[in-house]
Amino acid sequence: MTLRDIINKLLRRQPASASTARERLQLVLAHDRSDLSTELLDQMRREILEVVAKYVEIDMDEGAVSLETEDRMTALVANLPIKRTLNGQIKLIEPSQQQDVSPQTAESIDKNSQ
Amino acid sequence: MATDTRVILICSGKGGVGKTTLTANLGISLARQGLATAVLDADFGLRNLDLLLGLENRIVYTAQEVLEEECRLDQALVKHKQESNLSLLPAGNPRMLDWIKPDDMKKIVNMLKDQFNYVLIDCPAGVEDGFKNAMAAAQEAIVVTNPEVSAVRDADRVIGLLNTNSIKPVKLVLNRVRPKMMANQEMLSIDDVTDILALPLLGLVLEDEQVIVSTNRGEPLTLNSLNSPAAKCYSNIAKRLQGEDIPFIDPAEENSGFAAKFRKLMQTKIF
Repeated sequence: MTLRDIINKLLRRQPASASTARERLQLVLAHDRSDLSTELLDQMRREILEVVAKYVEIDMDEGAVSLETEDRMTALVANLPIKRTLNGQIKLIEPSQQQDVSPQTAESIDKNSQ
Repeated sequence: MATDTRVILICSGKGGVGKTTLTANLGISLARQGLATAVLDADFGLRNLDLLLGLENRIVYTAQEVLEEECRLDQALVKHKQESNLSLLPAGNPRMLDWIKPDDMKKIVNMLKDQFNYVLIDCPAGVEDGFKNAMAAAQEAIVVTNPEVSAVRDADRVIGLLNTNSIKPVKLVLNRVRPKMMANQEMLSIDDVTDILALPLLGLVLEDEQVIVSTNRGEPLTLNSLNSPAAKCYSNIAKRLQGEDIPFIDPAEENSGFAAKFRKLMQTKIF
């Protein structure tokens, strides 16, 4: 924050527009670069929340999944406040069971062991 | 003649940011340094490089006739009146819109490589076929943008395409910089733009009314208005291309007096 920003705040004037331009650009470029529409991102956000919710109780409304970009690298950043852990209520899946669960996982395990 | 010809694409994505003006001024500046320079107008649908160089009445043939062997390359090249080291080659005629293919572009540029130290390709706006054709023959690129959201966004798209086509180095020219607005933080700063686009800066060009005057006359600023702010910027860019270490101008220094000092104080970062 610069001196001008503080004075603008004190006088309740609109902040200088360059910072708004910077923030808007960073957001739009993160979407452009990843080629993800807002709808797709929202769908992904819901699915990520569902998976996480199997392990810990999270605040579904507060959870934010966003794209951030720096130095032409785009990162998916999830900020999911945990209400409480579901300790003991969820069982660890045994590796042998896991292979039965999905053939795809089994395949990737095979590849890794080679 | 020239063995290490540099073929530079000048592109922006968005139209109207100053690609053609940069091409014309760089062409003149490089030619003045004694370098044989060709400027190739790849925007043949809406060609304007001839107009900025004052050569609009002297075009007889284009690259198309050269490729179809209706004329020789030297018949199609239009030598600049005052700066004989500079030649213009229009890629095509606005009436023939869909002849050129990436391979045609490569053929033409290869022919130019025999005679010139520099080949500057003035790229059409957009990211479609015209851009892809222009890009086909380029080795390196200059991306021109303005400190403005739409121009920066479009530049980012273009940079992505240049990266996937392994064109490097890609450098940035920030055009139409208004020092006063930057000082008031009402315009994206130079650091903002270079950080967001993650490109090294080749130069910045100050907003200058003389640019319009020079286009009216068809005489690029670097030809005979060397004292105008933009002309200095353009010739600095040409020198940096040649490897000279010229420091960047500081837009804040362009304002002087009490008002400028006050504006600088207001930019002080508190936290």
